[in-house]
Amino acid sequence: MQALYLALALFLLLNLAAGMWRVLRGPTAADRMLAAQLFGTTAVAVLLLLAQATGNAALRDVALLFALLAAVTAVAFVRRAWPDQASDHDPK
Amino acid sequence: MIPSDYLSAALLIAGAVFFLAGTVGLLRFPDVYTRLHALTKADNVGLGLVVAGLALQAESWAVVGKLLLIWLLVLLAGASVAHLVAVAARQRGIKLWKR
Repeated sequence: MQALYLALALFLLLNLAAGMWRVLRGPTAADRMLAAQLFGTTAVAVLLLLAQATGNAALRDVALLFALLAAVTAVAFVRRAWPDQASDHDPK
Repeated sequence: MIPSDYLSAALLIAGAVFFLAGTVGLLRFPDVYTRLHALTKADNVGLGLVVAGLALQAESWAVVGKLLLIWLLVLLAGASVAHLVAVAARQRGIKLWKR
């Protein structure tokens, strides 16, 4: 099972590298943010697999933290960091 | 390998396939809204299957609880984020993709 965990973690890491293409290409800020969001979830899965493979339980706490941070990041992006010149909706 | 190992391996591999589908969708789909659709599959089902596969191997119920907690947190975050990004994209005038 050890080999399977590590192989899958590597596979997910390669997925993550492929997702970088979307971060580079855009075209909108939202597309880049969605790619970053997928990185967050993939990182959680990789960390859970590594926690099981290495028997290091602390990695599960790291995964929990990543899940939490990914949510906060996306909300901060939508509410604060995404410039909104195109419309006059939702004044802040 | 005992039978539960095979089940666990099948679940983990199925989860990885969903992550692959999410990444391919993110790269190939034409606009923000369709990419959101690809992303949520990886978030919800991909991670769900990986968590289910790992839960079968977990050494204690506390670990199973923590895995489920992580998955539920990602589910909740993924749903809220997908909604927020879609609404914000609409407000900023990003056009829907038309063939």
